[in-house]
Amino acid sequence: MKNISTDVLIVGAGPAGSTAARELAAKGIDVIVLEKKPEIGCFKRCAEGITLRGLTDAGIKPQKEWALGHITGARLYPPSEKNVVEMKGDRMAGYVVERKVFEKWLASRAVKEGARFMVKTPALGFHRSGEKCIVKTRYMDAALAIETKLVLGADGVESKVGRWAGIKALNRISDYHSGFQYEMAGVNVDDSYIHLFFGTKVAPKGYLWIFPKKFSANVGVGVLTKEIRNKRPMDYVHTFIDAHPDMFATASPLEVNAGGVPVAHNTEMVTDNVMLIGDAAQVVHPLHGGGIIRSIKSAQAAAHTALLALEEKNYSRKRLMEYQDWWETAYGVQMAKLMKIRSFLERLDDKDFELLAEVLSGEDIMDVIDAKVTFLMKKLITKPSIARLVKKYLSG
Amino acid sequence: MVVKINRDKCMYCGGCVGLCPVNALTLQEVRLVVSNKCTECGICIQFCPVGALQ
Repeated sequence: MKNISTDVLIVGAGPAGSTAARELAAKGIDVIVLEKKPEIGCFKRCAEGITLRGLTDAGIKPQKEWALGHITGARLYPPSEKNVVEMKGDRMAGYVVERKVFEKWLASRAVKEGARFMVKTPALGFHRSGEKCIVKTRYMDAALAIETKLVLGADGVESKVGRWAGIKALNRISDYHSGFQYEMAGVNVDDSYIHLFFGTKVAPKGYLWIFPKKFSANVGVGVLTKEIRNKRPMDYVHTFIDAHPDMFATASPLEVNAGGVPVAHNTEMVTDNVMLIGDAAQVVHPLHGGGIIRSIKSAQAAAHTALLALEEKNYSRKRLMEYQDWWETAYGVQMAKLMKIRSFLERLDDKDFELLAEVLSGEDIMDVIDAKVTFLMKKLITKPSIARLVKKYLSG
Repeated sequence: MVVKINRDKCMYCGGCVGLCPVNALTLQEVRLVVSNKCTECGICIQFCPVGALQ
């Protein structure tokens, strides 16, 4: 077995891993990133939507190589598909990205700063050794042990790093979506909008989406795992496609994707020598399930804490807690509100969706996504018909 | 007994791995494997987007 050492070992070369690698390498820190798959960016488990606001917040300028679909708004369809609610404006402008290219682009930027990447190189185990820790891995048939001061677990929903290190990073079926998607060519929809379909028969406690890219579109569904009976997410997509020949008569799949999405934050993010970032840390937005920007933000914050920990030569849980405290401060209150809204949305029946589509504007829904719901009470004055929805919300 | 993986259907998305309460599932590179720690609790079966687990 070959032994090497580094300051920081990052497990996973997705958006979180590559972002943390770049931030640390730029400050002269020795960084190695392990990617278990033979290719960075494959296979995607993602609808690939990203807002311009989010990219700006993360300090990323859109590049034509990966920012494919130019989105100006969203259309939300209740079960009847009448009374479509349109969301437009600065908060909605964004892109459907090509994840494969986006992830390689992020990794290449980290390489430019001096980070080292290894592909087809899975983390196989972890143990502590004094102040440091050892991660075992291999490339082809050559075993490798990497001694490191810090490990950043950017290893996605199937994260092992947290579990090895003793973090209870389990997901629950009541807080986890099961997703299925085709990327299709020949889909006939307005490609300046993302299209979201709601209803207990369309996507129980979730939604179905069409995200247009340049010459294709992601057509997928996310369903709350707890709600799955005989009909699986794959079946919901097939049913929808069959019921919409206007959109899919000339469409064919280019890719098929699946995946799990944690829609709550139920995990600790740090322990001695270890920080979790991205999906491993359960950071996605609980309403829409988007996670790219939040993953990148978590990576930047963890990298900031890692720099200080390295300077102080203190890799204890206590020192690293600064990162988890940052998360709580930045997202804690908002997450609590969003969880209450998610619970409300999960209690809606098809009639409720129709009523909401009748009375809510796109602006209102953007407020909901930002966890602002006071307008619901004001609306009660002009639209008394929503009283039962307000009651439903308050009973949660 | 452990959960059975239908390899004709498995998408190797790893979504089930994050739900396994006993850490019996692993996505090895692009291949899902199950260890004998599996208690057949059925959570991964409940999750699978395509019904590849039984």
